[in-house]
Amino acid sequence: MNALLSHWRRHPVQALMLVLGLALATALWTGVQAINAEARASYDRAASTLAQDRLPRLVAPRITLADYVALRRAGWQVSPVIEGDWNGLRLVGIEPLTMPSEGGGSPDFLTDGVILSSEALDDPRVRAADLPPGLALTDIGVAAGIFGQDISYLVLVSGAAPPGYSVIRPTGADLSQLTESFHLNLTAFGWLAFGVGLFIVHSAVGLAFEQRRAMFRTLRALGVSARRLASMLLAELLIFALVAGAAGVGLGWLIAAALLPDVAATLRGLYGADVGGTLNLRAEWWLVGLAIAVLGTLVAAGQSIWRLWRMPPLAPAQPRAWARESARAMRMQALAGMGLWLASAALLLVPGLWAGFAVLGALLLGGALILPFALAVVTRRLGGGVVASWFWADTRQQLPGLSLALMALLLALAANIGVGTMVGSFRTTFTAWLDQRLAADLYVEAADAETAARLLDWLGDRATVLPMIQTEDTLDGRPVEVVGMVDAPLFRRAWPLLQAATGAWDRLAAGDVFVNEQMGLSPGDETEMGTVAGVYADYGNPMPQVILSMDRHRAAYPLPLLRYALITDLPAADIREAFPTVAVQNQAAIREASVQVFERTFAVTGALNVLTLGVAALAIFASLLTLSSLRLPQLAPVWAAGMTRGRLAGLEFLRTLALAALVWALALPMGLALAWVLLAVVNVEAFGWRLPMRLFPGEWLRLGGLSLLAAALAAALPVRRLARVRPAELLKVFAHER
Amino acid sequence: MRGKVLALILLAAPAFGQGFAGLGTDATGFALPERGPFAFPADHAAHPAFRIEWWYVTANLTAADGTEYGAQWTLFRSALAPFEGEGWASPQVWLGHAALTTAETHRAAEKLARGGIGQAGATTAEAWIDDWRLADRMTAHGDGFAYDLGLEATGPLVAQGDGGYSVKSAAGQASRYYSQPFFRASGSVELDGRTIPVTGTAWLDREWSSQPLAEDQSGWDWFSLSFDDGARLMGFRLRGTTDYTSATWIAPDGTPDPQPPGALRLTPLRTAQVEGRAVPVEWRLELPAKGLDITTRALNDHAWNLLTIPYWEGPIRAAGSHPGHGYLEMTGY
Repeated sequence: MNALLSHWRRHPVQALMLVLGLALATALWTGVQAINAEARASYDRAASTLAQDRLPRLVAPRITLADYVALRRAGWQVSPVIEGDWNGLRLVGIEPLTMPSEGGGSPDFLTDGVILSSEALDDPRVRAADLPPGLALTDIGVAAGIFGQDISYLVLVSGAAPPGYSVIRPTGADLSQLTESFHLNLTAFGWLAFGVGLFIVHSAVGLAFEQRRAMFRTLRALGVSARRLASMLLAELLIFALVAGAAGVGLGWLIAAALLPDVAATLRGLYGADVGGTLNLRAEWWLVGLAIAVLGTLVAAGQSIWRLWRMPPLAPAQPRAWARESARAMRMQALAGMGLWLASAALLLVPGLWAGFAVLGALLLGGALILPFALAVVTRRLGGGVVASWFWADTRQQLPGLSLALMALLLALAANIGVGTMVGSFRTTFTAWLDQRLAADLYVEAADAETAARLLDWLGDRATVLPMIQTEDTLDGRPVEVVGMVDAPLFRRAWPLLQAATGAWDRLAAGDVFVNEQMGLSPGDETEMGTVAGVYADYGNPMPQVILSMDRHRAAYPLPLLRYALITDLPAADIREAFPTVAVQNQAAIREASVQVFERTFAVTGALNVLTLGVAALAIFASLLTLSSLRLPQLAPVWAAGMTRGRLAGLEFLRTLALAALVWALALPMGLALAWVLLAVVNVEAFGWRLPMRLFPGEWLRLGGLSLLAAALAAALPVRRLARVRPAELLKVFAHER
Repeated sequence: MRGKVLALILLAAPAFGQGFAGLGTDATGFALPERGPFAFPADHAAHPAFRIEWWYVTANLTAADGTEYGAQWTLFRSALAPFEGEGWASPQVWLGHAALTTAETHRAAEKLARGGIGQAGATTAEAWIDDWRLADRMTAHGDGFAYDLGLEATGPLVAQGDGGYSVKSAAGQASRYYSQPFFRASGSVELDGRTIPVTGTAWLDREWSSQPLAEDQSGWDWFSLSFDDGARLMGFRLRGTTDYTSATWIAPDGTPDPQPPGALRLTPLRTAQVEGRAVPVEWRLELPAKGLDITTRALNDHAWNLLTIPYWEGPIRAAGSHPGHGYLEMTGY
């Protein structure tokens, strides 16, 4: 054992790489898991707290206390809710005696005046409680004191709905369902990063084993059984895995804590899901993180241990043998990679989000496997003078040792290009679409019908007023948003219709419907609410949506009209001054907020991308460092033939850059394929919308520069070492020739 | 939540040890019952200064084919604090229980409402919670059952205890208590969708107090009996460290004859396993001063109100010196 461990003492950098690679892989994976776990815990809490959010709601233009009591005394099983915005929270006032609580999570309110809140507020009534973020819960009496006596809506506890009220069924689509695709995306990225990290581990372990072949041979010759040797090496790896795993989980926790606020903001913006911005340390992460680190190490080291197991005790201990064997393996790998690409293409025909990710995985893995072979083929075509020929041939000789690191670089680059293209396409389309959707100047929302009426009076003819209203309902068995839309020239001009039947707007007025892209319908299709006359883009909305004419919407859902779009020259401040309780937003502010949500959505993917690229650079560094000492036997003859050490080092440096450039060139088509799969397959499955793919060559160049820089940094230390290698060391090569 | 709320309203202190359902807890801030005549009709309505109050009707009914039914209509008022408040701020909480019993089945339902908004309450003319109502008719419904019975008094109101001051323990805990034991009931009951015309008798108990039980009293056995000869008997045993019994003999013309504590002897004869508890369902009642020696038998041993606070409440038959029928309520088992 001591003999085995002495290797790491002599190669501390290699040991560091192994630990660092494993730690980074574990960190990215556990970080993503931690974020997902935190979000899911928030959803569960929301689901168990709010019975009133799961039961059907009864709405009417106005519900008074007397209306409620009359309903109860007539035997209707309804419970009143008064809610509103309060100190930036959604304050829900419930009547605990008639409100059922399935989760048992609700408190005893009656006359104690307590407000339970997710946040500590400077109000003597507030008590911090384990509630979903953004929510405060109190007795209806307290809420009535804040918002007034009128009841916001009734919850139908059981039985039929009374006449005169519209029933809004709960969407049934709970938060965990809505956000599933988002978390799936994150998870996929976590696995990708983990995979790249495992490449480093694989490479480090492989080299460590290779360098110790002589030692293994000696040990075996001394009578240590293959089983004993293998189990000792396993024990050694296990120690590495546990140390690196622990470091990785800690690091992952830091990553998660840093990213969570952005993720939380995204989830709130996209899905209205409230997730706390702070991370709770959960014991199971440590266990799962360590387990995945050990598992990853075993997977990454499996091949090496297997080879060792099968190695005859007196096998030759020359690196070249390994390289020759690798050349054969390289062709096999390339074949396997081709197979994966074929499988990837075939998987395109399978519907479903998981199939989409499988396409991505097969595409990436296949590319990684083909890379060494592709590089060998390309470098064989290159040539020229004597030095150039040697340069490329020597590059090929190095490929097996470098291939894993280069694969990591390829994956990181392809992922960066792919995700960058997707995000860029999304951003371009999304902002153009926002400009269309937010065509009016101001958007106002009154707290109640009475204020709304006064506001409209006050506006008079100083603004063109377009009422907006939206409810939730069930259409053809699925939960949908139902929007009422007035027929206005502004909307006719600007509404982002993707497909439209002829005279679509007239048909909408006559009783047809528009649906968003997420509904998956085409003009002419029939729904329970009417024939589809148009399909519009509705990016960022997790829900299917239907538009009815305002008249039809008013008839079906007699709700007070509180929200209006205004075409006006009036400054927002004027309205705010006259109506302090009315929420006024101008077009630019909403646009800004939406773009921010969007940016935050991809801040996470961006951060993960950068980290992946860093991991790949580290892999190259690790490989070059370990290779540099092995390369002396190949470099010594060239040196002896008259090339200076400085020239040799310069060529070594150039080689690394050339390889990075080649990998980048190969990553480009792969990244674009990745982007296409993300846009045309994964996005459609996950979010229900398809986006046109746009190309960003400037971004590619930047990435190319980045990868060259990463390669240069990775090569700097080994090359410096080579430039300063003592001539005696080079001479030794001839003295020790095996 | 409803369980917790109920616990909150019935257990002003979080301990069942404070008498059954917290009825033995301290009465600080609430009014205390005093001796004296009732003030009708005002005393028919709610007394929000007191902590607890109830309207309690039990009816023994018979269908044309001789099938016997029992019906219970109860409204409890419980105050978290004395007096009425405005709207949602009212500290009054109302609890309704309704049950229908036959020899084969027993159904019970429960309703909760808060005071101050009119969802439940009691005036001199009616008591109600949601669409359950007690006036000259009593109506209620629950899962698979309903009843609608007209009530017609055939005798006077009866003051229980000492002119309506009913002592509940040797330590002097007491309540204001009157009854209307002379209702003739007629109407219909509904069971699993079948409507059955019924007639019979009914008995109303009205009681309010702020601390009706002593701290050590864990439950009670309460009888209301209508004998075939027209006399009535109200008797109860409060179980504590020492049992406390009390009874009022009511002559056919309604004249009450309150009996001293201990005069009525109650002996359980047979217990039945009901919801995992041993509940006495056959009793011997002796009141030597009136020559009374009867045994009572439950129409349905399993007349268990499996509500938030569970108890036994069901129709009984009496045999012996004074045959008749009535209702038995047993709590704290």
